[in-house]
Amino acid sequence: MKRQQVLAGGMPMPGLAERIVKAIFLTLICAVVVVPFIGVVSTSLASPEEVIRAGGFVLFPTHGIDLSAYKSILSGGTVTQALLVSGFITAVGTAIALVLTCMLGWALSRRGSVGNKPLLLLVLISLLFNPGLIPSYLVIQQFGLLDSLWAVILPTSVSAFNVIVVRAYFVGLPDAVLDSARIDGASEWKMFWYIGLPLSKAVVAVVGLFYGVGYWNSFFGALLYLNDSSKWPLQLVLRTYVVNGVEIGAQDLGATEALPPQTSIQMAILMISVVPILCVYPFIQRHFAKGVLTGAVKG
Amino acid sequence: MSLFTRLRRDYPILLLAIPGMLILFAFHYFPLWGNVIAFQDYQPYLGVGKSLWSGVENFKTIVDGDPEFLNAVKNTLILTAIQTVIVFPAPIVVALVLHSLLSNRIRQFVQTVIYLPHFMSWVIVVAVFQQMLGGTGMINNWLRSHGYDPINIIGNAEAFRALLTSQVMWKDTGWATILFLAVLSQIDRSLYEASAVDGATRWRQTWHITLPGLKPIIILLLILKLGDSLTVGFEQIILQQQAVGTDVSEVLDTYVYNNGILGGDWGTSAAVGLVKSVVALVLVLGANKLAHRFGEEGVYRG
Repeated sequence: MKRQQVLAGGMPMPGLAERIVKAIFLTLICAVVVVPFIGVVSTSLASPEEVIRAGGFVLFPTHGIDLSAYKSILSGGTVTQALLVSGFITAVGTAIALVLTCMLGWALSRRGSVGNKPLLLLVLISLLFNPGLIPSYLVIQQFGLLDSLWAVILPTSVSAFNVIVVRAYFVGLPDAVLDSARIDGASEWKMFWYIGLPLSKAVVAVVGLFYGVGYWNSFFGALLYLNDSSKWPLQLVLRTYVVNGVEIGAQDLGATEALPPQTSIQMAILMISVVPILCVYPFIQRHFAKGVLTGAVKG
Repeated sequence: MSLFTRLRRDYPILLLAIPGMLILFAFHYFPLWGNVIAFQDYQPYLGVGKSLWSGVENFKTIVDGDPEFLNAVKNTLILTAIQTVIVFPAPIVVALVLHSLLSNRIRQFVQTVIYLPHFMSWVIVVAVFQQMLGGTGMINNWLRSHGYDPINIIGNAEAFRALLTSQVMWKDTGWATILFLAVLSQIDRSLYEASAVDGATRWRQTWHITLPGLKPIIILLLILKLGDSLTVGFEQIILQQQAVGTDVSEVLDTYVYNNGILGGDWGTSAAVGLVKSVVALVLVLGANKLAHRFGEEGVYRG
């Protein structure tokens, strides 16, 4: 029998054919993800003449960079307004969601306290069902939240899944630290604020980033509850002008000069909704490697 | 200890839990009450309190098989079938390839790239696909400039299912590998070493060690998928429905939205939504039982 070379992981060395096939496969899937983004960035930055010559879409701008598309959408019209709304929803929503989620996660991590098990069960059961579209709408209507940004912020501010993740992390904190704090007379709130949270920065950061991305991307809640288009977040504006292809006029944007081509403007709107996510992505991504999420779910 | 002394001791903990629990009740448990309008001739100007009760009248749509409703059921089931057969196995293949890489750096690079689309909203994904595949999109421009006929994908009812499927795969295949990779990294190395000594090839190791190691997570995910089988791509479809018409695009969730919130037929839509939720719950619980029967862990024990 031919002796085969075995690697540290216990698998034999891969053959040349296998390596080539894998390299092609992985290059392909990475290209499928990356190329569209390059196209969007390039078109948003290309000069108007080049966009028109290319028939609407540019993969590599060769005639220099032109920021007029960005200037026109950021000059104070619909898109600028939507950007502010999205910023507000994301900032306020994430702050509220983080505070509520961490407080609830901490309370549920204190095993043996009054009502701990029933409360935990209620959180777990809520994962099993969805309240449904129409009942949710009726509740928002009853609370008088229609056409209010709170209708987009509040319903998603406590995700049962995130509560479980945070709780699992708090449960794993060493008992000795908490016990000594209690002997020194620290109140529950102080233990949570000065010990629990600082020791759990990593998981709090990840959960916060997930909430942030969720709020920034929130689309359906806004579509359902906000009829007043001056309160629309970026995702709804993106739908109107990019997905549905509604023509963007100068008065919509508050621009005074002639507008760059529609495609450039569309790609610029697309870019300003993608860029914030690209900015936080490295921070989220760093934590995957540490297994913060998958590790917490098992516990 | 009496309940009172325990309450005195633990009330600060309960205070911390209250705000979060209130939100959960207000927006997750309290809406369940809204399902009563499934049994009403609900009129928004009368409200739930004054609308007339209509018994099971609203459920007639389901029982009598209203064609629009049946079409929504059909589309939902077809899309679920496609997603189970094509979309579900894709991340397993990618995870197996990534797991077999020798270089950690390459693996991390690929992971970083392919997780990214998961964090894009559906609006962004749909917009990006339109820019790529639309009439004046990147691919058609290329085809035209090289003398080929452009392909018609966006807004074409016949290609709609393929379009939905490729969007789902683009967005979430990478992200779905994360769980499989976590499980793969925990398979006992000595199994590979022992089989290598016995002369097993890489292919046989994959077949006899790696795949059986993935079995529990695959079963678990299939159970969850079964519970979700009546829920397919709501936001994704709402965004693209206008262009292709409801014949191929109407699913149960969009049916509830279009008929209830947009169309004003609140009672019937609520009835459809209620039946859908109940069926989904029964499916999850049933599938979990079935998994226990086969000696697997399932989602929960009990």
